[in-house]
Amino acid sequence: MSPFQDPQYYFSWLFGEIREFFLHAPTPGHKLVLMLVVIVLFVAVMGLILWLVDRPRRARTWLVAGAFAGPALLLVAFGLVYPAIETARGSFFNRNGSEFVGLDNYARALTEGDFQIVLRNTVVWVFLVPVLSTLIGLVYAVLVDRTRFEKLAKTLVFLPMAISMVGASIIWKFVYEHRGAGNAQIGLLNQVLVWLKLEPQQFLLSPPLNTFFLIAVMVWIQTGFAMTVLSASIKAIPDDIVEAARLDGLSGFGMFRYITVPSIRPALVVVVTTIAMATLKVFDIVRTMTAGNFQTSVVANEFYTQSFRMNDKGMGAALAVILFILVVPLIVYNVRQMRKVEEIR
Amino acid sequence: MTTDNVSQDVTAGTAGVESDVVAVATESTLSRRARRARKGLQNPFASLGAIVIAFLWTVPTVGLLVTSFRPEADIDKSGWWTVFVRPSFTLDNYRTAMFDGQVSLVTYFTNSIVITLPAVVIPISIALLAAYAFAWIPFKGRDVLFVAIFALQVVPIQVTLIPLLTQYNQWGISNSFWPVWLSHTMFALPLAIFLLHNFMKEIPASLVEAARVDGAGHVKIFFRVLLPLLVPAIASFAIFQFLWVWNDLLVSLTFAGGRAAVAPLTVRLAEMVGTRGSDWYLLSAGAFVAMIVPMIVFLALQRYFVRGLLAGSVKG
Repeated sequence: MSPFQDPQYYFSWLFGEIREFFLHAPTPGHKLVLMLVVIVLFVAVMGLILWLVDRPRRARTWLVAGAFAGPALLLVAFGLVYPAIETARGSFFNRNGSEFVGLDNYARALTEGDFQIVLRNTVVWVFLVPVLSTLIGLVYAVLVDRTRFEKLAKTLVFLPMAISMVGASIIWKFVYEHRGAGNAQIGLLNQVLVWLKLEPQQFLLSPPLNTFFLIAVMVWIQTGFAMTVLSASIKAIPDDIVEAARLDGLSGFGMFRYITVPSIRPALVVVVTTIAMATLKVFDIVRTMTAGNFQTSVVANEFYTQSFRMNDKGMGAALAVILFILVVPLIVYNVRQMRKVEEIR
Repeated sequence: MTTDNVSQDVTAGTAGVESDVVAVATESTLSRRARRARKGLQNPFASLGAIVIAFLWTVPTVGLLVTSFRPEADIDKSGWWTVFVRPSFTLDNYRTAMFDGQVSLVTYFTNSIVITLPAVVIPISIALLAAYAFAWIPFKGRDVLFVAIFALQVVPIQVTLIPLLTQYNQWGISNSFWPVWLSHTMFALPLAIFLLHNFMKEIPASLVEAARVDGAGHVKIFFRVLLPLLVPAIASFAIFQFLWVWNDLLVSLTFAGGRAAVAPLTVRLAEMVGTRGSDWYLLSAGAFVAMIVPMIVFLALQRYFVRGLLAGSVKG
């Protein structure tokens, strides 16, 4: 029987085809078409909603507000609020969620040996990355400020911000690449050691130093951010203050220490806390470079390992909640400082 | 930081260098001194410091870029810096990485594009509408809702992954692009709404009022009055979101896994580091295939990107 003779059959066939089109895209061409269809469909649906809402001469306010803010509120409720509550609940249950275990997961996460290394590493990351990135970024911003090559110089340091952390990890993994002594080195850092008549090292394999070599990658990425924000606030220092200091004979390091740094202190705090938050959630670098082995894991990576490799959902949830608890004070402080920065502007 | 504090620090600072000032002032005219001061730290040591930092920040990337153009056999035998003495280049690595059956990054490149564009367009559109509602439509509970959305920025995405994955599985969509699109959209909203709301609030109320007096409804005001003025703000956030989605690993790893049907370049590359970690001819070429798009976007639109960065960067 041809599908077109039975409308019911026809519709279920049509529905199946449409479903297939939206859920399975095997070829690149199909994928690109699907992408365009999705974007057009989205625009059409939003347009239709707005058009319907706007048609009555005196549209009700709540209806209009609902059409404008409704989609966002629904998505946020489903995508952030509900999962956060669900995860918080899950952290009190065992690995497959079948049995209530109280605070056991948290107790394990805070006391067991392996997890203590994870926590220790996280603390080292969250302390070192913001401090080093901000320091280097600040110094660099001051050094290139108002020089002839300022734009180019800034772009060079800023570029790592544009590439993925996976890409950055590959770049640095190659710098750290190791060949046994006597062989030609292909990693730059080991070659430098050889030039200095030292033994080549397995930088990523030997704890505890390997964590610092991972941290270097994050510093490399975040310095550009620090430099850009700080450079903007350095340029925003009122001319009369700089002028007055100049007339008092300040220059060079004195200008840096007594004018630049105090004037941009709020921006410095914002930069440090923002980088600290990004560092807390760092996952890509650790996963790509060592997969968390050799005692390099951090909380965000351990969350992934526990949830998806060890299949311990309860432990994963507990680690996610710990991450959340660590982020909150940083973000509160960050927002307060950002308000201050805005007040000054 | 208030101006009071600044001037205090200035006073404290000047006390420390007073003796130098006297010495300098006797031998130089005011203008010469001003000129020297304007030059800031431009002495040889400062230039050297800047060059060292710029060098350290560039060399690792250059090293991998050079490597990606070297013949496979050479890469393992000698360091990339030797090309400056014995140059030898090839495009084979890129050919293998892009089209060789086992690796074939073309598929993943397409996936990256297919994931990224909707994950930029959709959240920005939704956020624009919501930001308009929070800025210009007075409704009950508006302020509470806005603060709530703003506060949701504290939720790390790790907290949301497993419950969302469970939901997507139940809906039977877990093998498609939808989980990735939806997740990126939802994760982007709090920051997008907050930033765009701030930009919208900066537009003078008189403009909106004038349109309203002329009889324009909210939809008309949104499209005719606000949207054209918001183009730079939208551009900044769009670049931000583009780089974020294109470079993301965690979200796609969780929701797309390693499946060639949906996984983007970042996921594939991370996988290759694990399985073919010493095949530098593949990794180097692959890394630059993944990096070229964000680099172009970034270099072409740096101005907007910096503006977006300065407006607020609480995401991650």
